[in-house]
Amino acid sequence: MAETKSLEVDLESTLDSVDVAEEMVKNFAVEAGYPEDEVHQIGMAIRESVINAVVHGNCYSSQKKVSVAMEANGEQLTIRVQDQGAGFEIDEVPDPLADENLLRKSGRGLFLIRAFMDGVEMRRLSPEGMEVVMTKNFPVQQ
Amino acid sequence: MSIKASTRLVDGVTIVDLSGRITLGEASSTLRETVRDLISKGQKNILLNLGDVTYIDSSGIGELVSSYTSVSNQGGKLKLLNLQKKVHDLLQITKLYTVFEVHTDEAAAVRSFS
Repeated sequence: MAETKSLEVDLESTLDSVDVAEEMVKNFAVEAGYPEDEVHQIGMAIRESVINAVVHGNCYSSQKKVSVAMEANGEQLTIRVQDQGAGFEIDEVPDPLADENLLRKSGRGLFLIRAFMDGVEMRRLSPEGMEVVMTKNFPVQQ
Repeated sequence: MSIKASTRLVDGVTIVDLSGRITLGEASSTLRETVRDLISKGQKNILLNLGDVTYIDSSGIGELVSSYTSVSNQGGKLKLLNLQKKVHDLLQITKLYTVFEVHTDEAAAVRSFS
């Protein structure tokens, strides 16, 4: 059974935090042994998730933090991103692949997170905030 | 982490050579302002050379779509050239490969505007 490693950090609600989170999680995934393509996908998912938390969740508020926690156990990498915003209804997010939405400027973040990760769960937190939990299975050795 | 953009005119087509990462913030703004500037100068045949663009996030994709729409609304054409694999894959999974005309050869891409 592989050793479980974990890391957790609270970040300011700024765009710099997006780059910080992306680099931190990618380094964590590399150390956990994930191949380059998977590291890229994980980095993209965390980037989109933290953008949502900073921009749409916390609305860049200096009073609110974005919490990023990650854990790897040799079989799976789990990343949790929490904000302190108003939250949103997942069912109300438009499908970016629908013909009428293809030329929309925004609205692809959640889709990309789902596309690049093996598992994605989202829930509202009490009394405020949104939590996104993403998992990426360790690739099966050929 | 940003992009560099330079423009050159080839047979009536403005080629924008981009390099770096097109992401939320300054990089997306650079792309937006570059295309806006070209439109304001009446240059409406635009080829974005993404050969040295290593990464695009959802905001960068949004900026590409917005640029495409702006140019089209002005009666022009915006096409893409030389996508790296990760960018190519991103356009495929977002179905935008069906929207953009994508080329791999610059000369052929320039000819396609005429």
